[in-house]
Amino acid sequence: MHALSIQGLVKRYRNGVEALKGIDLEVAQGDFFALLGPNGAGKSTLIGICTSLVTKTAGRIRVFGHDMDTDLEAAKACIGVVPQEFNLNMFETPETIVVNQAGFYGIPRSVARERAEKYLKQLSLWDKRDKMSRTLSGGMKRRLMIARALVHEPKLLILDEPTAGVDIEIRRSMWDFLRELNAQGTTIILTTHYLEEAESLCRNIAIIDGGRIAESDRMDRLLRRLHVESFVLSLRAPLAAAPRVMGYDIALVDPQTLEVEVSKERDLNELFAHLSADGVQVVSMRNKVNRLEEIFMRLVDRSGAAP
Amino acid sequence: MSAAAPVTGPAALPSRAQARWIGFRTIVMREFGRILRIWGQTIVPSAVTAALYFVIFGSLIGRRVGAMDGIDYMQYIAPGLIMMSVITNAYANVSSSFFGAKFQRYLEEVMVSPQPDWIIVAGYVGGGVLRGLLVGGAVTVVALFFTHLPVHHLGAIVAAVLLTAVIFSLAGFINGVFARNFDQVNWIPTFILTPLTYFGGVFYSINLLPEWARTLSFANPVLHMVNAFRYGFLDRSDVAVGWAFGIMALAAVVLFAVALWLMRRGTGLRD
Repeated sequence: MHALSIQGLVKRYRNGVEALKGIDLEVAQGDFFALLGPNGAGKSTLIGICTSLVTKTAGRIRVFGHDMDTDLEAAKACIGVVPQEFNLNMFETPETIVVNQAGFYGIPRSVARERAEKYLKQLSLWDKRDKMSRTLSGGMKRRLMIARALVHEPKLLILDEPTAGVDIEIRRSMWDFLRELNAQGTTIILTTHYLEEAESLCRNIAIIDGGRIAESDRMDRLLRRLHVESFVLSLRAPLAAAPRVMGYDIALVDPQTLEVEVSKERDLNELFAHLSADGVQVVSMRNKVNRLEEIFMRLVDRSGAAP
Repeated sequence: MSAAAPVTGPAALPSRAQARWIGFRTIVMREFGRILRIWGQTIVPSAVTAALYFVIFGSLIGRRVGAMDGIDYMQYIAPGLIMMSVITNAYANVSSSFFGAKFQRYLEEVMVSPQPDWIIVAGYVGGGVLRGLLVGGAVTVVALFFTHLPVHHLGAIVAAVLLTAVIFSLAGFINGVFARNFDQVNWIPTFILTPLTYFGGVFYSINLLPEWARTLSFANPVLHMVNAFRYGFLDRSDVAVGWAFGIMALAAVVLFAVALWLMRRGTGLRD
């Protein structure tokens, strides 16, 4: 049984726009799954349908075996959702928001209060529990939405851009929190524009573009498909021209910076051996772009070019 | 697996009936909290307006009017004024609260939950009824400063006020579903509700009207509500009380069905 199983999902809006053109997708129980795609690809529509905030035109969705057409209440009870946009009542406090959310899931108030305390503490919001939500920072609001989504302890947590607009420190602590949650058994589906985030957290990935799944695979398998990687090398001394090394495409970006394309068949030792022999001293090296980003751009470009 | 472990979700829920009751109560209590939080907007204005009506229409103009349908004018208008406040407040509570939740998107909190549509409708209607009764109670207290209100038929009073509050809460809900901005929340009360209320026999008996106007008045649902309510207090009604309750019950059922249908269809909510 899959945590989420989608077959032939189509969404056609009243204005005729077909946001989803027949999505088939399966997410295994316990997975940490990335759903990526450019803006307008259909990610939020897909999540909206899975959380019953958007009506579907056609297709079938099952959540832990519960069909959303015939067993909607059981399906919804399994899902917790953290939306992309803030959807908090500005005039309510974090504690009230989380306790009320538990109430909507039928959780008795005494249990709801205990859980609200637990999750607000875990997300470092307990000392803000009595403040109006509108006074919280963007990062706090994001964390509050996570606490709210967890209060009924869902088996499947869907996060739509959970770290958008939060600083690096909070983002990293949210990653640790989500990893731990996933390790405890919660299936997580994540959409993000930070591809480093998806690469760091997720084991499986689907790339959606133009309302279709452009690619769906294991993260490691997908990354192995990358044939060429680009590196940026910072040099100790300026060069007048790019050094020539057989089998490597090297460009001089500025007198002290080289960009090197390295194919999968080549290794970096050989490159550094040649550079050392030519007297070129490299002081630092980084990937030009994130590996997943490179694949993402290629896949999206390819599917965009398809008829 | 402990109860607080993150994967217990649905198994930790109480029975379906209990879960629904908790969900309903949560929506109503949230609405109650909102009513109390903004009491200066929700409770006070109607009580002040009612006091002004009693002073101007009751004490000043009422003295010249004399008796209406054989009853002191101040006493005659009291049930209508109470009902007017119930109508206005039940409607306004649900339309503005539901639209506000939609506008700020926190309606999604309950929309993603497993609560069925009828519980969501019932919860918001419960909030509207609560505000209608609270304000109706406040206006009754104000009325008692100006006049005496006998109780002839307690059952009729309770049934009329509850049915009226439910009907206008449902109407407010439907308005909230369709509204796309705050102007659209105010149109119906301004252009439909207020005229219906003023022509609904709050201030006069339709026996004073010419035949055609009297016949036309029977089409106004507020006339039936006000008269059923007045009957409970004063044992006087311009309409057949049985018919009035029949019309109210039918209106409540039809409006509830429409609200549910809109929720199921997702009009303005899931599109």
